Amino acid sequence: MSDDRGDAVDEPATDARRVVVIGAGPAAHRLADAINSRDDAGTLHVTVLGDEPHQPYDRVSLSHRLLGEEDLTLVPTRPWDAARVRLLTGVRATRIDRAARRVHTDDGAEHPYDELVLATGSTAPVPEIRGSDHARVYRTLEDVDALVAECAQVVERSGRAPRVLVAGGGLLGLEAAGGLTGLGAEATVVHSGGWLMSAQLDEGAGQALSRLIAGHGIRLELGTRPQELLVENGSVHAVKLTNGKVVDADIVVFAIGVTPRDGLASAAGLDIGERGGVVVGADCRSSDPNVFAIGEVANVFGRCVGLVAPANAMAETVADRLLGGDAEFSSIDDATSLKLSGVDVASFGDALGATSGALEIVYADPARGLYQKIVVSQDAKTLLGGVFVGDAAPYSSLRPMLGRELGAEPAAYLSAGGEAPSGADLPDDALVCSCNIVTAGTVREAVRSGGGSGEGCHDLGSLKACTRAGTQCGSCVPLVKKLMEQELTAAGVAVSHALCEHFAMTRQELFDGVRVLGLASFDAIVERFGSGRGCDICKPAVASMLASQGGYILDDGRGSLQDTNDRALANMQKDGSYSVVPRIPGGEITPQKLAVIAAVAEKFGLYTKITGGQRIDMFGARLDQLPDIWRILVDAGFESGQAYGKALRNVKSCVGSTWCRFGVQDSVAMAIRLELRYRGLRAPHKLKIGVSGCARECAEARGKDVGVIATAEGWNLYVGGNGGLQPAHGQLLATDLDDESLIRYIDRYFIYYIRTADRLQRTARWIEDLDGGLDHVRSVVVDDALGLADELEATMHRHVDDYQDEWAATLADPERLRRFRSFVNAPDAPDTGLPRVIERGQPRPARPGEAPMPVSLGMPTAPPRETLSTEGSRS
Amino acid sequence: MTLTIEPAIHEDIVPAPRHASAHAVAWQRVCRIDDLEPGWGEAVLLPERQVALFLVGAGELYAVDHRDPKTSAPVMARGIVGSKGARPTIASPLLKQVYDLATGECLSESGPSLATYATRVVGEFVEIAAAA
Repeated sequence: MSDDRGDAVDEPATDARRVVVIGAGPAAHRLADAINSRDDAGTLHVTVLGDEPHQPYDRVSLSHRLLGEEDLTLVPTRPWDAARVRLLTGVRATRIDRAARRVHTDDGAEHPYDELVLATGSTAPVPEIRGSDHARVYRTLEDVDALVAECAQVVERSGRAPRVLVAGGGLLGLEAAGGLTGLGAEATVVHSGGWLMSAQLDEGAGQALSRLIAGHGIRLELGTRPQELLVENGSVHAVKLTNGKVVDADIVVFAIGVTPRDGLASAAGLDIGERGGVVVGADCRSSDPNVFAIGEVANVFGRCVGLVAPANAMAETVADRLLGGDAEFSSIDDATSLKLSGVDVASFGDALGATSGALEIVYADPARGLYQKIVVSQDAKTLLGGVFVGDAAPYSSLRPMLGRELGAEPAAYLSAGGEAPSGADLPDDALVCSCNIVTAGTVREAVRSGGGSGEGCHDLGSLKACTRAGTQCGSCVPLVKKLMEQELTAAGVAVSHALCEHFAMTRQELFDGVRVLGLASFDAIVERFGSGRGCDICKPAVASMLASQGGYILDDGRGSLQDTNDRALANMQKDGSYSVVPRIPGGEITPQKLAVIAAVAEKFGLYTKITGGQRIDMFGARLDQLPDIWRILVDAGFESGQAYGKALRNVKSCVGSTWCRFGVQDSVAMAIRLELRYRGLRAPHKLKIGVSGCARECAEARGKDVGVIATAEGWNLYVGGNGGLQPAHGQLLATDLDDESLIRYIDRYFIYYIRTADRLQRTARWIEDLDGGLDHVRSVVVDDALGLADELEATMHRHVDDYQDEWAATLADPERLRRFRSFVNAPDAPDTGLPRVIERGQPRPARPGEAPMPVSLGMPTAPPRETLSTEGSRS
Repeated sequence: MTLTIEPAIHEDIVPAPRHASAHAVAWQRVCRIDDLEPGWGEAVLLPERQVALFLVGAGELYAVDHRDPKTSAPVMARGIVGSKGARPTIASPLLKQVYDLATGECLSESGPSLATYATRVVGEFVEIAAAA
């Protein structure tokens, strides 16, 4: 990025027209992307100067960052790799010399321009009150990371939850307060208006919102402002408000609006608006025709707007102008929606009903915290705006209808009106995604023909990738999906990706929702995304998603979600008894450990068989025997083999170069390394790995989800192999990898699969279903085309760090052991329903009509009826 | 169906009779209500049969035969509790047939149904009426 600085005059060696962009936020990103994808003739060379050390990132989603190390880098990152675009990060512009057409930067360089674009954005103001130098703001990644760190410090210092006061009850303030509450802080929002979001909502909506926010445990102080931050020993301990109240606070965050960063422009003599901002016309040109301004720093139609959709529209306008077009920025779409888990708020258009003669149709249900209003013209036909609190479902289908005639009675669009009219009546030119300026017609066309590529987009993922609709703020995704389904239905393609009757979405959509919102229980997930009590389809699917968050799989109400085998951490057989498979990494085992397995099988009368995965399976254990069996195994150094889970099973290997005359690499060592890395990893389906020490492939690695085959230089990596009903050979993903690259690629591949596959979809079918198939997998895993690699690897590192053996964890906790009692009222009475006969020297279940034989060794022949007792059940 | 009987009777759990009368509906005390975790089935050993007991929501209890009607394996308590429409359900952990917890009707196919038993809560104790 900032690799070739040093010359005092930084001039690209090209005769293209030089465009310098000051600022590297979302508006600059959109401009660079638009130029990069449209300037086919290569007439422009773009230099983007950003003072933050990052690539442009999505500020709209800052609250997600609060809840975890989320990568907010704006996609596509493609423009930054293009030769015609240069992104210099960590560089601050210090002066604009309009006469010489140069921008000076703080590293001493000068950047000559033919056209200059100001995209400096805005700053978060802090009022000059006493103690305000201790206040924080909520604006950049650094601000957010600092807030997270400070919360942790308060907890460490005081041993209690941090108290946070957020000044400002608008979008940003509420998102900050919600995010901080999610971090465990006690938040108070102080807002000068009489109700929350008073700039966007009317009083009824604001009051409904207040109830919802208070329901999230956030305290509210309305109609007042901070007057003084009370500081002791260098840190804040409370805030005094203008109404005289004193509120305890360790951290004070101001989110009271934005101030355009127009200092450079002002110093350069450009026209500045009355309340700040670089004055521009509909062509986004400032008072100097060679200088444009876009985004929050631009004062257009007399005001600056702190929203991403108008910033994108201005960027598109400037890109078009720079390429010789005559686009104009015509109107400000100031639709807003609040991104706060469990609180639905959205407004658009004339939400306050200011248009003369406007009619308001309101539906309010205070008991449910619901307030919905649409504003229509005097004849009740044309939609002028709307506000939704508590249930913003109508928002995404109504917003594109702004300024148009509604196809039905206005009230029909509110929740009280039952099933809302669908998007079928949307005209082709209606704007569906205002962030990326995508019309209903474009979406429909993409569904039909894939935007010209022939194959239509028949799933949401490819539709979003193709049209970019829904890739920024995401609020239009439900509508995009609805349009897609209508189009597919019209084309006679039946579509239901519903997980089951309780969740009308795919596993991937649900996984993303759960991950982004950080939901940690089935109840919270079904409340947010589903209905009913779940079933044997969605509960195990959710259990698998929650397992990706780490933790013991039967705790915290997750036990009842687990499928048959996971529930008992063992494999249920046809008679209700269980089989036990200890992990034998790479199939390598010492004689001493073999003897332990033999002793366990003998003591508990178990049938033993070697599995297909180089392990030993012991059959016929009763539920209540499992802990006793595992106590012996764990003491001997065994751990769970997860043969019961949709998880990594085993890594099969040949003996490799250590012994084999033909082997070229140590396949056993690599198999053990891989098995110890991925053990316990839960996935949409079971995962298997094979490692062969040479091309003879004795480990049958190409029949596994991941196949690793040694070459003289390293390893070839195959993916998507599988046995079973529809066998598939693994396909070559990358060749001659060293050990570390091999592991990095497998990390990325597994996590990408876990995030995006359907329920019970093996990797072979997943790759087939992916748009682009193996090439797509390669672009993500090897070429990092989606910029996801670091995040995918980090997720895997977390898994590796958090791994614990489920059986050791079970044995260590009496509460967990209760789950293995045979009967709630007779925990020590053995299950009597498991008759056995002896065959080929081992016990097996008796068939109907066969007389059961007494099997000695741990299987009581005549189990005594225990008397009722609660002992043990409560220990 | 669950009945809650007030006031609470405070006494220790007593052993169930070893030989229940052949015809009488005998309420048998089986555990404390807080021995049960919502959604997590428990097997109950009665003199004449094994019963699967489920606490579904707050105070909503169901008891059905522990024996899987399809395979005769004693496993029903280890199935997943859920709902189909408004009806509470239990899925067999073996071959996943779904049964109505309240009526025992098999909802996933035209198969044999599951015997159901009345439950009630007396004080802090759960009782099952499983006639011999």
